[in-house]
Amino acid sequence: MARMKFLCDADRCIECNSCVTACKNEHEVPWGINRRRLVTINDGEPGERSISMACMHCTDAPCQAVCPVNCIYTTADGVVLHSKDLCIGCGYCFYACPFGAPQYPQVGNFGSRGKMDKCTFCTGGPETDGSAAEYEKYGSNRLAEGKLPLCAEMCATKSLLAGDGDVIKEIYEDRVTTRGYGSGAWGWGTAYPESAGS
Amino acid sequence: MKALNLFRKLGAYWGTNNTDHQARICHSTTVTGVANTWGYGAMTNSFNDIRNAKTLIIWGGNPAEAHPVSLQHLLEGKELNRANFIVVDPRMTRTAAHATEYVRIRPGTDIPVLWGMLWHVFHNGWDDKEFIKQRVYGFEETRKEIDKWNPEEVERVSGVPGEQLKRVAEMFATQKPATLIWCMGQTQHSVGTANVRASCIALLATGNVGKPGTGANIFRGHDNVQGATDVGLDVVTLPFYYGLSEKAWQHWSRVWETDYEWLRSRFDSKEIMEAPGIPLTRWFDAALLPKEQVAQKDNIRAMFVQGHASNSITRIPESMKGFVKLDLLVIADPHPTTWASLSVQAGRKEGTYLLPVCTQFESSGSRVASNRSLQWGEQIVKPSFESKDDYEVMYLIAKKLGFADRMFKNIKVENDRPSPEDLLREINRGSWSTGYTGQSPERLKLHMANQKDFDLVTLRANSGPCKGDYYGLPWPCWGKPEVKHPGTPILYNAGISAMDGGSGFRPRFGVERNGQTLLAEGSYPVGSEIQDGYPEFTMAVLKKLGWDKDLTPDELSVIQKVGGAKIDEVSWSTDLSGGIQRVALKHGCVPYGNGKARTIAWNLPDPTPVHREPIYTPRVELVAKYPTLPDAKQFRLPNIGFSVQKAAVDKGIAKQFPLILSSGRLVEYEGGGEETRSNKWLAELQQDMFIEINTSDAAERGIKDGAWVWVTGAENASKARMKALVTDRVGRGVAWMPFHFGGWFEGEDLRRNYPQGIDPIVLGESANTITTYGYDPATGMQEPKATLCQIRAA
Repeated sequence: MARMKFLCDADRCIECNSCVTACKNEHEVPWGINRRRLVTINDGEPGERSISMACMHCTDAPCQAVCPVNCIYTTADGVVLHSKDLCIGCGYCFYACPFGAPQYPQVGNFGSRGKMDKCTFCTGGPETDGSAAEYEKYGSNRLAEGKLPLCAEMCATKSLLAGDGDVIKEIYEDRVTTRGYGSGAWGWGTAYPESAGS
Repeated sequence: MKALNLFRKLGAYWGTNNTDHQARICHSTTVTGVANTWGYGAMTNSFNDIRNAKTLIIWGGNPAEAHPVSLQHLLEGKELNRANFIVVDPRMTRTAAHATEYVRIRPGTDIPVLWGMLWHVFHNGWDDKEFIKQRVYGFEETRKEIDKWNPEEVERVSGVPGEQLKRVAEMFATQKPATLIWCMGQTQHSVGTANVRASCIALLATGNVGKPGTGANIFRGHDNVQGATDVGLDVVTLPFYYGLSEKAWQHWSRVWETDYEWLRSRFDSKEIMEAPGIPLTRWFDAALLPKEQVAQKDNIRAMFVQGHASNSITRIPESMKGFVKLDLLVIADPHPTTWASLSVQAGRKEGTYLLPVCTQFESSGSRVASNRSLQWGEQIVKPSFESKDDYEVMYLIAKKLGFADRMFKNIKVENDRPSPEDLLREINRGSWSTGYTGQSPERLKLHMANQKDFDLVTLRANSGPCKGDYYGLPWPCWGKPEVKHPGTPILYNAGISAMDGGSGFRPRFGVERNGQTLLAEGSYPVGSEIQDGYPEFTMAVLKKLGWDKDLTPDELSVIQKVGGAKIDEVSWSTDLSGGIQRVALKHGCVPYGNGKARTIAWNLPDPTPVHREPIYTPRVELVAKYPTLPDAKQFRLPNIGFSVQKAAVDKGIAKQFPLILSSGRLVEYEGGGEETRSNKWLAELQQDMFIEINTSDAAERGIKDGAWVWVTGAENASKARMKALVTDRVGRGVAWMPFHFGGWFEGEDLRRNYPQGIDPIVLGESANTITTYGYDPATGMQEPKATLCQIRAA
C-alpha cells in the first residue's frame, strides 16, 4: 500500500512561498501559525539554499511517542494526524519533533498554549471526511477526494514533491542521475530511516 | 488585451495620444530597442524553449522572485543540459543563488560589461562570422565602440574582473545555444533602450538568435502586458505598431469603419494627431511645468487611471504637487490604490472619483503571454459588489461622451457589455503588421480545450484537432484564420518554413544603406521560392514577381478599395483582404520580407549604444568622459537630464548621498502592491517596508539588522522611514528597496486617507519617494534602478 511522504528538492527551491500561501489559503491557517514554512540558509551569500519544511509524517513519529494523551496517530496512508479534542497543548511534541512542525495558537494570558496545529498532509482529522467539523479544526481533506497536498501541487518549480513515497523517491533519483548532483533528500534519514541512504 | 485595445481606441475617438500603460515603466525600452534591432519588440523564443539552452545568462532580472514559474523551465534546462547558468546583477539575488556563475556589476554599467564581453568575443575570434555575414548589418562600425572596452576600462567602470568576464564570454559564444534573459535591471534606466540594444548585439555577434535554445528571452511581468504593448496602448503609436502617421490613422479608420475626417476633427490639429503623447512617467511634469514648455494646447488637467499604481512611478514628491494641479482625477481599479491616499495627502478635496472595476478573473477574453501566445480566459467568478469589467466601463464612458455608436459599430453590445469575441475579431481584421490576424476566438478556445495535445518544449500539438498549431498561436500568426498558420514559436528562425512559423529578420529600416544591402544574403526560411533576402511584400512586389495573378477577385477588389489610385503601395500590413499575406506564404515567403538585423540604429539618439553614467552617480570622476545626453525636447516635454547631472556633480551631491540606491521586486507582492498587500496570506509574509544595506555600510552607520532607519534622497529633501535589512546580498556602497509598498509618506502612516474598510493590510513607505530625475530619450522610461541616497539610524 502506498505510503505518503514529502520531499523538498533543495536544488529547485527558490523560496517563492507559493507552498506556504497555498497551505494558508486552503486551510484558512491564521496569522502566526505556520504549518509550512521556508527555511533559508546563507541568506544573501554564495551557497544560499532554501527548503520548504512542514511535518514530514515520520515513519516512527517521535511526537506520537511522547504525547501524554495519545492524541497523535498514523493513518493507513502513513499520514501522522492528531485529535484536537484530546490535545492538551502541553508542547511535548514540539520538543520531540526534529522538524519544528507542531504549532500552538496563543489562547490566553501569559502566552498559554492552545491546541497543537500542524500539517495534515491535506488529510483532515478524526472527524468524518469532508465534514464541516473536520474543516474547522484541521482544514480541508484533499486526500479523501483523491487529491494530493496543495503545497506540492502549487510548487512553482516542482521542488516540493508529495505523494506515494516510492514514486517521489524515483522522481528524485531520476533528477539526481540526470543532473549529476543533488544535495540529498533532506530530512529523509530522520523521518524515514527505512529509506535512509537513498 | 481587448480592453486595452479599447482604451487606446477610446483615446483615439476622444482625440488624444496621451494614452499610456504599465509597460512604459517595464519594457518600453525593450520594445523600442529590440524592434529597432531586428523588427519586433518581443521575447524571441519562449519560457519553455529555454530548456534547450546550454548557456543561460540572466542579465538584470530576478525571475526567482518576479517570475517564479519560469524557474521551472530555467532550472530544468540547467539540469538536463548541465547548462551554464550565469546571473549578472548588482544583487546576489535568489536567482543568483542557483547560478553556476554570479557576476556582480555596479548599477548602471550594463553597456560597459556587455561591450567588455564582446571585446573578449572578437579578440578571441569567437564571433559567428557566417551568421553575421548573412544576417547582420553594421558590425564594422559597432566594433569601434566595443574595442574601447578593454578589460582594464571595464573593470575600472563596472567593477567586473577581466578574467571572469572572459570566462563568461567564452561560455556565451562557444557553448551554444545560448540565451540572454533580461528584465527591469536593464530596461529601467535613462540608457534603457541602449542597454537592450547592446544585449541584442551580443546575441547577434555570437549567432544566438533564431534557433531553439537561443534568443532574447525578455520576461514580461504582468498578465497580458505583452498584449497591452501590442494593442498600442502607447503614446507613440496606434494599435499594432502602425505609428501615428496619416497612413496609420487611415488604416485604422478603414478597420474601425469610422470616417478619417471625423477622427481628425476630434484633435486640435493634424500635427497633434500625429505627435507622440506624454508618457505616464511624466504626467506631473506635464501638469506642473509652465504652459509654454508643454508642446500641446494646455497642461495636463484631467487624468483617468484604470488599473495602474501611482507608487510605481518615480519622483513621488513631485507627483504630490501634480495632484493639486489636476481638475479631475478618476481612479478605476479593484482597489483604491496609492493614488487615493497620496492625492488626499497632497490636499486634493474635490474632483476625485474612485470607480470599482473588477479583476481579470471576473471577466473573460484573450490574454497575451510573454512568448506572444494568446490564451482565452473564462470568467471564474461574477464581479464583486457593484464593480464592472473593463469592457463595460469603457463602453459606458464612450456612451456618455457621445461616440459609443461609432466606436462599437461592428461590436455586439449586450447590457452595456461589448462582446469580447467581437472585440478580438475586430483586432483580427486590422492587425496585419503583427500577425494577430489568425488567432480567431474559435481557434483560441479550441486550444484551451485541447491543452493536453501540446508538447511542453516545442509548444506544438502533435495530435488532436489543433495538430500542427503552436500553443496559443504565438504572433505572428499570418493571414486570416482560414489560412491555418500555426503561429511563430521562435522569431527569425530560418531553419523551418514560413508555414511552420519560420522567418528571417524583418527589413524594417530600408533595403540599402551606404551602398550595402540591408536584406539577408544567402539565408532564407526553408522552402522559400526566393532564395535570398527580399523586401516587404507590397502590391508592386507581387506584380514584379508575377504573383499578383494568385490573388482572388475578392482579394483584388479589397486591395483596390484600400489603395485607390495608389494600388501598388498597398502592402502586407495594410491589405485588409489578407490576400498579399496569403500569396506570399503560398510561395514560402514571409509577408514582412527577409532582411538583416542591424547593430546601428541611425534613428535613435545613440545609434551605437555608448556608456553614459547615471544622472546621479557616485563616480563623479567618470561623468566628464561618459556624460548623459544633452538636454532635449521629447514627448512634448523638456528632458533636462544633462543639466540635472551637471548640477549634481557641481553641488557634490554624491558626498551627501554616497550610497547607490536601486530597487526591485519581492515574490510576495506585485506592482504597486495595493492588491497583494490586501491579501492576508501575502501580507503576513512581508509586513514591513525595508532597505537592504551592506554589512560594512551598516557598521559604519551604527545600523543593526531590523532597526528603523531614515533614508534620504538626492532631490526635494525627500525622506522615508523603514526597517534595515543588513546583508551582503548587496555590494558595498549599494542599497536596495522593494517598490511594492505604499500608504506611508515621509514617515507618516496615511491609513486614514483610504476609504474605510478597503485599506490594504500592510502599508509602508514607497521606494519612489526617494527616486529621482532621469528619462530614457527614446521612450521616456524612468530611472528607478540607479540613483543616490543616504541612510541613518532612526
